This record gives sequence, structure tokens and C-alpha cells, in this order.
Amino acid sequence: MSARMWPRKCVLAIMAGALLVVSGQSFYDQRHMQEPVVLGSGVTSVKKLSDYEPSLRGTINDCNLYVLEGKEPGGAVFVFGGTHAEEPAGRLAAWLLVEHAELDRGRLIVALSANRSASTVTRPSAAYPPSYTIPTAWGGQTFRMGDRWTNPLDQWPDPEVFIHYPSGQYLAYVDVRNLNRTFPGRPNGTLTERTTFGFMELIRRERIDVAIDLHEAELQYPVISTIVTHQKGQEFATMVSMTLTDLEGFKIGTEFSPLNLHGLSHREIGDYSNAVSLLFEAPEPFLDATRGKSNADVLLSGQDEFVIKAGKHGLLFEKMDEKGWPIAVRVGRHTSSVAQTLQTWSEDNPARAVVARSIPRYADLVRNGVGYYLRNPAKSPSARLAYE
Amino acid sequence: MILLQSIITVAYYGLVAFATAMLVQSFVHAKSWDREVLYLIVLVPFVLRLLRLK
Repeated sequence: MSARMWPRKCVLAIMAGALLVVSGQSFYDQRHMQEPVVLGSGVTSVKKLSDYEPSLRGTINDCNLYVLEGKEPGGAVFVFGGTHAEEPAGRLAAWLLVEHAELDRGRLIVALSANRSASTVTRPSAAYPPSYTIPTAWGGQTFRMGDRWTNPLDQWPDPEVFIHYPSGQYLAYVDVRNLNRTFPGRPNGTLTERTTFGFMELIRRERIDVAIDLHEAELQYPVISTIVTHQKGQEFATMVSMTLTDLEGFKIGTEFSPLNLHGLSHREIGDYSNAVSLLFEAPEPFLDATRGKSNADVLLSGQDEFVIKAGKHGLLFEKMDEKGWPIAVRVGRHTSSVAQTLQTWSEDNPARAVVARSIPRYADLVRNGVGYYLRNPAKSPSARLAYE
Repeated sequence: MILLQSIITVAYYGLVAFATAMLVQSFVHAKSWDREVLYLIVLVPFVLRLLRLK
């Protein structure tokens, strides 16, 4: 090789190095970004999932568990967002519970990032934004945008077919990394299975009465704007949905968890613990396959011209017009649904009541937006901050 | 399954490291600028993977 080639090679190598740094920095930032959570006055302690499944200690899925305990004894409810990290309303609704809810009776345990690994990656080739910012009076708070599945950096390779444990049911290969297909999990399984096993242990040891899994769904999917319930909670969930539809100003239905569809929280938590398991679905047009741009604006506004057109042609399972489905509406549906669940549960089970207050509800969020309820971490003492 | 996953992962990263080394060698010995650019562009995702960034 002649010496005159070296200057050119050096220049090209530096350019490739710059490309490497820029792209690598973006991936690094998404994986290592710290999201501050201001602990509301209702939070009495913060535990880790590894307290219930020790093999998770030091792993990316050793998520925070926020405990809100009332002065009077009662029952216990577990709410978890971030099962699917590409469904931000679930995480944000849980976030508002941690920053605002106060308990008078019983205990409320909340996880914001049930599959934390999934929140550190976005869907390959889908051009998802790596993060999104909720505007607030103090500037704005940025959150990681995630994926439906555990990051392949943490669990790989996938099998040809995923055989669910313990049912033996065959599921899609990629769902071996889907937190909502790996319940009830096992302590010697994959990272995702150990995570769900940790949640099952939490539910069993803390004598959880009701477990609530917060989700969002595309409008082309029939299970939307609904509460999916284990058969143990059919009457209870129906009462919650009827009350919400009657009092809160939004429609929400009830669906029963199929007996033979395994791995989902609403099936396995009910089968393998004493808890009633519920799963809430809110509409998220960003997830629809026929959407146009996949940017943070569409994610938060819930407005997409192609999904609107699909709605006008009657191709969706939920109404869709120019108003879209803004994030405040989706988060408000979840917070009101959680609040109503606590209320109905407490009325039906006074000995195991969980009485909470100060939860922002649907009308509050629609009126004020999500950012209004996010607390400024810069003005919070460090002892009252946690990081996701 | 966990043991199998671990073995495959180690083997995979070994292959990625080997491919990275081959691409670097090809870049060093390339004589035309378009080949050099090609090797460098192909190299980027391999390095990101080796560094466990993506």
C-alpha cells in the first residue's frame, strides 16, 4: 500500500468514527437515561423487585416498587405500568399515583417500569423517537420511549417457538421477551420470566387483593377501551366499568380473560395468586400499523391523518376523529379507572379496603394536561427523589 | 435454554469480533476510496454491537 493512501484513509476513518460516536451516543443515552420521580407525601418506602426475586439484583429489571401505606390497616392493591414500554400512558398514570396519591387505609404498591429493559430500546426499523417530553410550567420532563419487548441486549437469542411455562402453550417466538406473555414466570428462567416471577412473589407475599396492569392498544385491535378481567373479578370489573362510564364521561367496557390464552397478567396472576387481576387498555393511535410519522408529536397528540382516515372508513374498533387521543385523555382514563377500582373494591370489601385520595382524575387531566401534575425534581429534596 | 442462550451469545460476539477484524483488515488493504467507504459503513453496526450499545 502506498504512503499517499494514508491521509485519505485517516480522513475516512475519522468520519466513520464521528458517525459511530453520534449513533452510539444516542443508543447509550436512551439506555442510561435517568428519569427523576418526585416521591409524593403518600410514599412511605421504596423497595426493589429483587427483594422478591433475588436473582434480579443488579440487573436492569430490578425496578423500583413504590409503597404507599395508610395509617389504618386494610387491603393491598398493586398497580404496574411499563409492562409494554411503548405504551406511555400506563407509565405516566402510575407516575402520577406515586407523585400524588395519599392513602388513608391499606397499601398501594406501584411499579413504573415493570419491564425496565424494554424501556431502554425502541422497535428496530420503526423509527420510534428515543424519548418524548411532557411540557410543564417548569420546562418539561423527558421520558424514555421504549419497546414492547425486553431489550435483546439483556435477553437473546429468541427460540424458534416460545413455549410458555408452565402451560406448555406455543406462542410467537418474540413473545419470549414479552412481559405480558411470560407470567407467572420462574426463578430459573429468562430475564423476562424471572421478572414476572418477582411480581408474582410480590403479589403472594404482600397479600395483594387486586393487581392492575396498565396498557395502551392500537385502534385496529379489538381489545381496546376496556378492562380485561380474570373470572374472579367479573362482577367487580363490570361494576367499575359501569360506574366509570356513568360518572367520568368516557366509555370503558369489560372483557373476560380467555381461559386458554396463557402468559398474560389477567390470566396468570388470577390463576397463581389470590389476587383479582385486571388489565386496563386505553387507545394509542401511534401503535396502529397504518399510521404515518412515528414521532413524539403523534405519540403525545394521538392525531394521525391515516388513522383518522381509517376511522372514517369504519376500520377501527374505537372512534377516531381530528381530535385524536391526546396523552392527557389516555392517562386520565387510567388514573380514573384506578381510583374507581379502589373505591369499588373498598365498598365491596370493607375489611380489606384501600382508601386513597388526591389522585388526579380524567376531568382534571383533560382540563389541565399531564404536565400540570408532574412535580419539579429540581425543587424536591434529594431524599424524596427516585430514579427510573 | 438459559445455558444454550449463553453459549450462542458468546459464539455470536466471537463472530462479530472476527467480522470486525476482517473489515478493518480489508479497509487497511483497500486501494480505492469507494471500497474504503464501503468497509467503514459496514463496520459501524459491528462496532456498536461489540460495545453492546445496540
